[in-house]
Amino acid sequence: MKKALLAALLLSTSLTQANAAEIQWWHAMGGELGAKLEAIVADYNESQDEHTVVPTYKGTYPETMTAAIAAFRANEQPHIVQVFEVGTGTMMAAEGAVYPVYEVMADAGEEFDPANFLPSVVGYYTDTDGNMLSMPFNSSTPIVYYNKDVFAEAGLDPEQPPRTWEELEQFSQQIIESGAATCGFTSGWISWIHLENLSAWHNQPIGTMENGFGGLGTELTVNGDVQTRHWENLARWQQEGIFQYGGPVGGDDAPPKFYAQECAIYMNSSASRAGVVENATDFEVGYGMLPYYEDVEGAPQNSIIGGATLWVLQGKAEEDYAGVADFFSYLSSQEVQAKWHQETGYLPITQAAYDLGQEQGFYAENPGSDVSIEQITLNEPTENSKGLRFGNYVQIRTVIDEEFQALLAGSKTAEEALDAVVERGNELIREFEEING
Amino acid sequence: MQSKRTVFSNRALPYMLLAPQLAVTAIFFLWPAAQAFRQSFLREDAFGFSTQFVWFDNYMRLFQSASYLNSMAVTAVFATSVAVLSIVIALALAVAANGMIRSQQTYSTLIIWPYAVAPAVAGVMWWFMFNPTIGILSYLMRQAGYNWNHGLDGTDAMILVVIASSWKQISYNFLFFLAGLHAIPRSLTEAAAIDGAGPIKRFFTITLPLLSPTTFFLVVVNVVYAMFDTFAVIHATTEGGPNQATNILVYKVFDDGFIGLNLGSSAAQSVILMAIVTVFTFIQFRYIERRVEY
Repeated sequence: MKKALLAALLLSTSLTQANAAEIQWWHAMGGELGAKLEAIVADYNESQDEHTVVPTYKGTYPETMTAAIAAFRANEQPHIVQVFEVGTGTMMAAEGAVYPVYEVMADAGEEFDPANFLPSVVGYYTDTDGNMLSMPFNSSTPIVYYNKDVFAEAGLDPEQPPRTWEELEQFSQQIIESGAATCGFTSGWISWIHLENLSAWHNQPIGTMENGFGGLGTELTVNGDVQTRHWENLARWQQEGIFQYGGPVGGDDAPPKFYAQECAIYMNSSASRAGVVENATDFEVGYGMLPYYEDVEGAPQNSIIGGATLWVLQGKAEEDYAGVADFFSYLSSQEVQAKWHQETGYLPITQAAYDLGQEQGFYAENPGSDVSIEQITLNEPTENSKGLRFGNYVQIRTVIDEEFQALLAGSKTAEEALDAVVERGNELIREFEEING
Repeated sequence: MQSKRTVFSNRALPYMLLAPQLAVTAIFFLWPAAQAFRQSFLREDAFGFSTQFVWFDNYMRLFQSASYLNSMAVTAVFATSVAVLSIVIALALAVAANGMIRSQQTYSTLIIWPYAVAPAVAGVMWWFMFNPTIGILSYLMRQAGYNWNHGLDGTDAMILVVIASSWKQISYNFLFFLAGLHAIPRSLTEAAAIDGAGPIKRFFTITLPLLSPTTFFLVVVNVVYAMFDTFAVIHATTEGGPNQATNILVYKVFDDGFIGLNLGSSAAQSVILMAIVTVFTFIQFRYIERRVEY
């Protein structure tokens, strides 16, 4: 009986393989986002019968990336893998493993123009010659969410999010004093929002050599005046109860504080919008751009993205890559992108998808859904604000979280913590160069 | 022992009977261990394109690295705390249960229960109770005037993982202590009682010395448990944080290897751990196993 079953199973898998070329796609989208991703794939598979894309959920971003790398070493790699933005440095250095997207598209004769994509999105994933190495899929940028009801109760204008950090402090004090909420603000992603984006938003360098875009040999420079001042403030605000820490990495404790109306203001990815809309049922939510320090020249510049892109891995049959190229064209088409963007809160990666949303009246109906786009396209990106590219950045993110914890615990000053980030970060970058140089 | 020896007439049969176990050991232990050993002398990029043989460089870097030395200190504190806490509590419970006459069975069963809980589940449960935002225990502590926050305070985090790891281990230790107590002849304690020794005096002069083989055995087992089996607890609660305050050696192997993709260093750390566990096994067999009376 068991043997018969096994035989049937083998037969059925070999049959499906014979039917259409299977393209394996490993991704890190769980829950709601995963379901939406699978719906896109199902639509694609139905739209043609030459290729079948098989999406597989591999866990968190680091887990997915590690799984793909381990699989590559065992020659079992998928065609497409979704890698988060901080893994970009590692992927770019793996020249023999990666099939750059611009080559995939050119080799398959697929029409492909990088100019159609939003520059602030594509800039992150282009090499120094302007070639796109990976396919943007889910890019987001941090924005401000705030509780309009609490604002009104505290006597603030509910239609006016804080524009500057000074205002944010003042609003928070007013909110706490009035008793409308017990805390001013909380935040997810400390490293991404309060260091990387803070730097870009104030047009301050994160590292030398164009934030690492210029190649190896870079050093971190996040211990500048603006960053030190901001971390000093965060530590003070935490002492005063204005700011509550939401935990390391993505900050899992932050969203409940906002949903429970404990904190009036909340900073997180634009892709958290779906969660906010779903959970903030008892109050009105407002949206705003990240605050800035008014006296810093050049602020606000533009924010940088996070999220993930799709990397194509080498070592598969040549005809499969034609399928990959075809699928990528589908993914970046106006309708698919607009739908994905509108449902999830991720940025539309092409101008066309944004235009379509406007035509459909989506932004008028859903106020706040275009804050992210406005913020990322606020100014032409500079050397300091087009993104960052450092080796071992996954570990550097951990270092940032650790030093931030030391700061909040009171064992280090802002200056000491940021100096330590730079020192430990540079060590990791040197290690990466030794191995990949 | 001699009488239990079986003589096989067929010479191949004993080897065939051993073969499955040997195969499992070779595939799941020897082979990966050899791989780790080899990898610990290499420096390699994540994808495995360039491999350099670097001799003992990975090891030398470890002993110069502040985070590794910190991890060693953290592990020492953690393992000692878990062993002491779980042994002392288990001993107290075992002595108490041993004094019961009719309800001993019921108490024993209840105390053994936590052992059936998966480490990750135990970790999440304690994490939940101590959660600074939503936890009941942190709420009570705040009422009592202590601001508990294991997300930022390293000591709080250490206390959390020690409690979560010890809780389960108490059941295990309890079983051994209860068995050990049963093995102590009643006549000894009775004689002491007749001579006028009180319960506390009897415990320290008779019970504790006679339990010493069990205690030594449990010290080794508990230290090994704390060092190697608590990955799930750490992963589910603090993930080694805050600021590496609970980053024990085993967790660091995972973090550097699987998150950081620094395979050489991660392998070198595994080899060091293998050496440590070898030492413990040796101590246990050489000095303790011989003296434990069953």
